[in-house]
Amino acid sequence: MATSNRLKIAVVGGGLAGLAATLKIAEAGHDVDLLSVVPVKRSHSVCAQGGINGAVNTKGEGDSPFKHFDDTVYGGDFLANQPPVQKMCEMAPDIIYLFDRMGVPFSRTKEGLLDFRRFGGTLHHRTAFAGASTGQQLLYALDEQVRRFESEGKVDKYEGWEMLSLVLDDHQVCRGLIAMNLQTLELKAFNADAVIMATGGPGLIFGKSTNSMVCTGSAVSACYQQGAKYANGEFIQVHPTSIPGEDKLRLMSESARGEGGRVWVPRNPKDTRTAKDIPEADRRYFLEEKYPAYGNLVPRDIATREIFQVCIEGHGVNGENQVYLDLTHIPAETLDRKLGAILEIYEMFVGDDPRHVPMRIFPGVHYSMGGLWVDFDQKTNIPGLFAAGECDYSIHGANRLGANSLVSCVYGGFVAAPSAIDYAKNVERGNSESNGIHESELKKQQQINLDLISQSGGENQYKLHDEMGKWMTDNVTVVRYNDRLKATDEKLLELQDRFKRISINDSNLWATQAVPHARQLKNMLELARVITLGALARDESRGAHYKPDFPDRNDEKFMKTTIDEWSSESPILSYEAVDFGLIEPRKRDYSKGTKKEEGKQSTETLEIASQAAASGLPVKDGAEQISEAGYDQKPENLSGAKIWSQKKGELIDPETEAETRAEQGKDIDAAGGKQTDER
Amino acid sequence: MSETNGHQEKKRLTNPPKTIEFRVSRREKLGAAQYTETFEIPYRKSLNVISALIEIRKNPVTKEGKQTTPPVWSMSCLEQVCGTCTMVINGRVRQSCSALIDDLLLASGGNKITLEPMSKFPNVRDLQVDRTKMFDHLKQVHAWVELDGTHSLGPGPTMTQEVQQERYAYSRCMTCGCCLEACPQYHDDNYIGPQAIAQAKLFNMHPTGKADIDARLEGLVGDDGITNCGNAQNCVQVCPMSIPLTRAIYETNRDVTINALFGWLRK
Repeated sequence: MATSNRLKIAVVGGGLAGLAATLKIAEAGHDVDLLSVVPVKRSHSVCAQGGINGAVNTKGEGDSPFKHFDDTVYGGDFLANQPPVQKMCEMAPDIIYLFDRMGVPFSRTKEGLLDFRRFGGTLHHRTAFAGASTGQQLLYALDEQVRRFESEGKVDKYEGWEMLSLVLDDHQVCRGLIAMNLQTLELKAFNADAVIMATGGPGLIFGKSTNSMVCTGSAVSACYQQGAKYANGEFIQVHPTSIPGEDKLRLMSESARGEGGRVWVPRNPKDTRTAKDIPEADRRYFLEEKYPAYGNLVPRDIATREIFQVCIEGHGVNGENQVYLDLTHIPAETLDRKLGAILEIYEMFVGDDPRHVPMRIFPGVHYSMGGLWVDFDQKTNIPGLFAAGECDYSIHGANRLGANSLVSCVYGGFVAAPSAIDYAKNVERGNSESNGIHESELKKQQQINLDLISQSGGENQYKLHDEMGKWMTDNVTVVRYNDRLKATDEKLLELQDRFKRISINDSNLWATQAVPHARQLKNMLELARVITLGALARDESRGAHYKPDFPDRNDEKFMKTTIDEWSSESPILSYEAVDFGLIEPRKRDYSKGTKKEEGKQSTETLEIASQAAASGLPVKDGAEQISEAGYDQKPENLSGAKIWSQKKGELIDPETEAETRAEQGKDIDAAGGKQTDER
Repeated sequence: MSETNGHQEKKRLTNPPKTIEFRVSRREKLGAAQYTETFEIPYRKSLNVISALIEIRKNPVTKEGKQTTPPVWSMSCLEQVCGTCTMVINGRVRQSCSALIDDLLLASGGNKITLEPMSKFPNVRDLQVDRTKMFDHLKQVHAWVELDGTHSLGPGPTMTQEVQQERYAYSRCMTCGCCLEACPQYHDDNYIGPQAIAQAKLFNMHPTGKADIDARLEGLVGDDGITNCGNAQNCVQVCPMSIPLTRAIYETNRDVTINALFGWLRK
């Protein structure tokens, strides 16, 4: 290796970010070892539905990358360092065009050009989409291109391999990694000039989430435990309406509320009657009771918090974490026309027909804004280690906007790859193979496996995982109190202690899930502490982080990146200043929306408000408005009645949303797509 | 329960059993003998096959009370878009995430559910199979567009909405393997199968992809080629994404014939 100019770079994770990086490295003529726990085509990126943002401005609206940048920074509540966000927004149109050239079946205009839709609350047609499975389509495009390089021998895929640790030399420089074959449990040292982490989010820390079952954050946690800094861990996005399942949570589009869906619970949580046998008087429409003006159509974060609170207090349906989202009062044919596709999805996974039986929904952990700390070139603090995608912290600040996740993954991969190549070309290679660091790390990891297999103590790892998930979901998601966060950390310490006494319940080690899961669980517990303690220390409310005892954003003290460094005792917390040199943080005046007269609150207006609420996108004051035929934009709407969510940077502007809704419906039909949720 | 729009409410399981019995196909490792173990779990509403397996995995004890190893299976997205969790459930190949227990019990009329691995792929362990071959098939048909590079070169070719929609339908294929499992012609990898043919079609339809049509069709004319299709049409019935697989086979076969007859004229 040392004699050749060809570099060897290991990419860990085969979702959008990992494949994007792989593609760029292979194209530059270097070799890639691509590791993934699942065949890369089955990565979690497939789950994204809504679309990919990029200010291509094909609709004559005067959209620009700068506006995209401004929206993203604003939506992230000014916690993101601004330079990389700007760079991403500038690259976004080219990213979309590139996917177009790869053959992604993006939805088209009549002229045969790429179509863009307005996504939720945004003012511009900025979101390219392929039916309702944009993530799947983009992932497949990169998968195909990487397969092309694979067939030319430039990429070696290791599918069904899980990264266990980095190989660091005496100077803490990353020289490769150790991974485990999930079929044979064989461990292998991968020598690499640089390593790029692209392993996605850690949703499984919360037990059930909208994430895929492979999203454990385990490999990232391993990096953290070896000295990589973890940033903004406490920022976890929770989607207000997901379909609770015994196995996972699946998204339910909030357009259901937009079409008049009513949220309620039985007044008596022990009521055993079926929903339709419970008379009006015995139902508690808690959103309508508490927010008479907007009822079920309160903004997304309020809906999330209220539903969450009701369930935590034990008032959920059957005392469980679920509330009714009721559409049964609306004629079935209206529902079919307006919500057909999403009702089919509910029916597929729940088996109930929401036209006749109220849906059961609950907020679901959805996305981690936090992740490995990286600089503006996607470098972590460990030389030779890079990160991209959901597993890095860099783009979304305190809250991610819809349709920004896909673009941030590709951007991260496209920056990490040349950055890693550049680093690898200039780094002193040394003779890391000969001095035995790979071998000694391999032995260390083998010993961990052996210890796990031989230990016994009667604790069940799956039950520990359930307990962690429940504590994290109950206390470290939507509403956070310091005493409960402290208690959660104590619980996590207890679980870490009990982990030492788990017994592997599988005597057949061939293709066993027990050993990998145990290692993932250990790593998840470490990250769970990072999330919990980061939340405990941040005494303010910002973006997805909400503390009733500290309801305001505190820029003076907390417009800072949380940095966690691992120690054997507890994470060591520090804060780093945010680079906000490009867009000055705006004081936000969250004036509450003026209450509309009841009589005038038409269904149309309501559904509009809900759609905006669903978007998570802010509509900011003074943003340039689109001028489009039939779009009756009154000047006063720019600064007039808008509903700010209290703390999350979401603004609902009923007036500007009318068309969005219509547009989305039309476009999705045209694409043959099914569902319109953002991801 | 008919509605104004003719919608029929789904038949529901009205009298659920107290327990559900899972007959799980077991195999210790590749090449080992296959056997069946039975697990019993209490009936609950809104279970799917995955949740049942997760419960069994926590404490794997058979119905007879014998402590055993936890069944192994594959899973990822659980939203029927990744294809990972495909297996044969009560004799039918499908994704286990969208296989609801209530529906299965209603259809079978009893309380027994059988879980088997797909039979057309190497059986790694229990319900887990190795579908690497399907990804090799994609290489065989050059299922990609030949790009000049990933640098900035502006937008791709224009495309009508009709073509986009047709391509979108093919592009939803998640390489789950249902089509191969159900195909009576496919065994021992003797036939490239509907998946790869449909992907060849997807790229042959693309304005840039068209340029490599020869390479793609070449991948379909060998011994394992498209003519192995016996027109049983099982594939299109089991495809969870409703991909028009038989149409892809028919139309691509026509392209192969035309190419064979007249292809030399272009050379």
